Amino acid sequence: MDLLGFARGPALKVALAIFCLGVAWRIAGFALLRIRRDLNKPRASPAKFLTEGLIAVGTRSWPHPEFIGRTGAGEALGYSYHLGLFALVLLFGPHIAFLGSLFGITWPGLPSSLITVISVLTLALFLAVLFRRVTNPVMRMLSNFDDYFSWFITMLVLGTGLAATAHIGAPYQTLLALHILSFDALLVWFPFGKLMHAFYIFPSRAINGALLARKGATS
Amino acid sequence: MSGFAREVGALSAFRLESCIHCGICADACHFYIATEDPQYTPIWKVEPFKQAYKRESSPFAPLIRLLGLKREVTADQLEQWQHLLFDSCNMCGRCSLICPMGIDVAALIEQARHAMFEAGLAPKELYQKAAHQKLTGQPEPSAEPYSAQLIAIGERFGVDIPLDKPEAEVMLCVPRTDIEHYPAAVAALARVMKHLGVSCTFRSDGLVAENYGYYAGGKDWQREISRRLIDQAIACNAKTLLVPECGHAYAALRWEAADLYGKPLPFRVLQVTEYLAEQLQQGRLRLAAAAAGATTFQDPCESVRKGGINHAPRTLMKAMGIDLHEMKNHGGFSFCCGGGGGVIDIERAAPLRYRTMENKLREIDDTGAQTFVTSCSDCRRTFDDAQAHFNWQKKPQSLLELVANNLTGAGNTE
Repeated sequence: MDLLGFARGPALKVALAIFCLGVAWRIAGFALLRIRRDLNKPRASPAKFLTEGLIAVGTRSWPHPEFIGRTGAGEALGYSYHLGLFALVLLFGPHIAFLGSLFGITWPGLPSSLITVISVLTLALFLAVLFRRVTNPVMRMLSNFDDYFSWFITMLVLGTGLAATAHIGAPYQTLLALHILSFDALLVWFPFGKLMHAFYIFPSRAINGALLARKGATS
Repeated sequence: MSGFAREVGALSAFRLESCIHCGICADACHFYIATEDPQYTPIWKVEPFKQAYKRESSPFAPLIRLLGLKREVTADQLEQWQHLLFDSCNMCGRCSLICPMGIDVAALIEQARHAMFEAGLAPKELYQKAAHQKLTGQPEPSAEPYSAQLIAIGERFGVDIPLDKPEAEVMLCVPRTDIEHYPAAVAALARVMKHLGVSCTFRSDGLVAENYGYYAGGKDWQREISRRLIDQAIACNAKTLLVPECGHAYAALRWEAADLYGKPLPFRVLQVTEYLAEQLQQGRLRLAAAAAGATTFQDPCESVRKGGINHAPRTLMKAMGIDLHEMKNHGGFSFCCGGGGGVIDIERAAPLRYRTMENKLREIDDTGAQTFVTSCSDCRRTFDDAQAHFNWQKKPQSLLELVANNLTGAGNTE
């Protein structure tokens, strides 16, 4: 078995298994802890605070006007590279084919030239994000191994993918194998680090939004 | 700390799990904004607790311990964090509005205060007041019991203070801050209740609205202190427990007391401004126009941002024809006065508190208002202190007193 066969064969299968089990374990690990019932009389009806929770999923996507002056640029940077990543993962032809093999559905993608432009932009945004993390005193203080390793492994997938599509540095087959291996590594790391926020972000906004709305509090 | 980690419930664990270290919460916190010191980043204030949770009870805790990825939280570390959790946090909840993950950071900080209390690390001012209040019902000893002081206030202001009636529709309580510093607010409450013609009473055995157990982080003490009021409200068959102008008292009674009591409370808990707005809407409270001039309002964090009473104070001011000039950050997004969360009581915190207040005072001055009103006696105390410290010209007034001074017609009694 060659490197490419290994990367998209047994390595991918093992990585997917670790990913699925790890994600399930991590979520179950806290979701099964005790949930205290709130006995204080709510200000809003359950329908109202549940609706407010769902609304919070959307409203927390962008800072309130009171905060934009201080946080707008940082949040724009964060969302920009996420959008770039989503475009690359979901709208690049070979990725669509891979996802189609897993889920059985496909959809139209973007032209390769546009994907290359998005890749380069996303790469630049990724470097900007790292620069911000190491130069912003608050982010530098909060950051730990998880933050840097999660950045590194995502960057590795992005970089090898860009190199493979642009045929830079090594034969295509080798670059593709490295790209898939780095993706396998990302899947293995995913449940252990902050990449889990992909699963947390919407429930977290919804639950906390609903709990604040229960009190009629500002959300 | 392993005790803390074991007691973390699903919700707190989810909040701790969800943080992505973006640091955006710093930009909502007035301690950070005033100092630009990263240690005041709200989520950093719970860092040892995050560390303990990950090491002791998170889903991968055994792996984390095995590989030594998180160190054990030390007593020294916790001692360092006392300053961050108590002196430099008003528990105002502004940070909870900015987190892109939606984390209620203030709720985590409150839980961390519980752990600090258990570790014997609550600041001495808060600990002593909580201990005294748990034992006696009063946060501090006084020459005369508060009930006698209430009667004296009634005599001084020429108003009857209803005390220890066996039955009443509404049970009243009072911030000891009002007894000691703002007796006119106590008289105002009695006058307004008389105007409404509602059967009401203070109860000697459950007088004090404040809950220093809440500030100090002592959950059991908080329960005992709340219980005094709950027992008295039940004893006099009150339908409503009326919380005066005291933000954290409202939070402790309205949003935490039932949980600590172990069952739903058999009466409503209302803050005085929302009660008065309700009475206004029902036509019982009649108000004349107030000669207040341009006025601005300080939103108490616990009752407005965290408690949901945003409209009631504005409804009352509108009914008095007040020309309200809002601050740049107002309503749910207002900055804390700087004294909340017990910070006003912590002596060593004063220099930092003054620094954070500068922005708030600027916002108030920028409104151009001559009159400055609030509905929290701790806010008043904090601004009065600032007045002396900064030689600032404005004196905060009580919204309740403004209402009491502008009652008109017969109310509901005649």
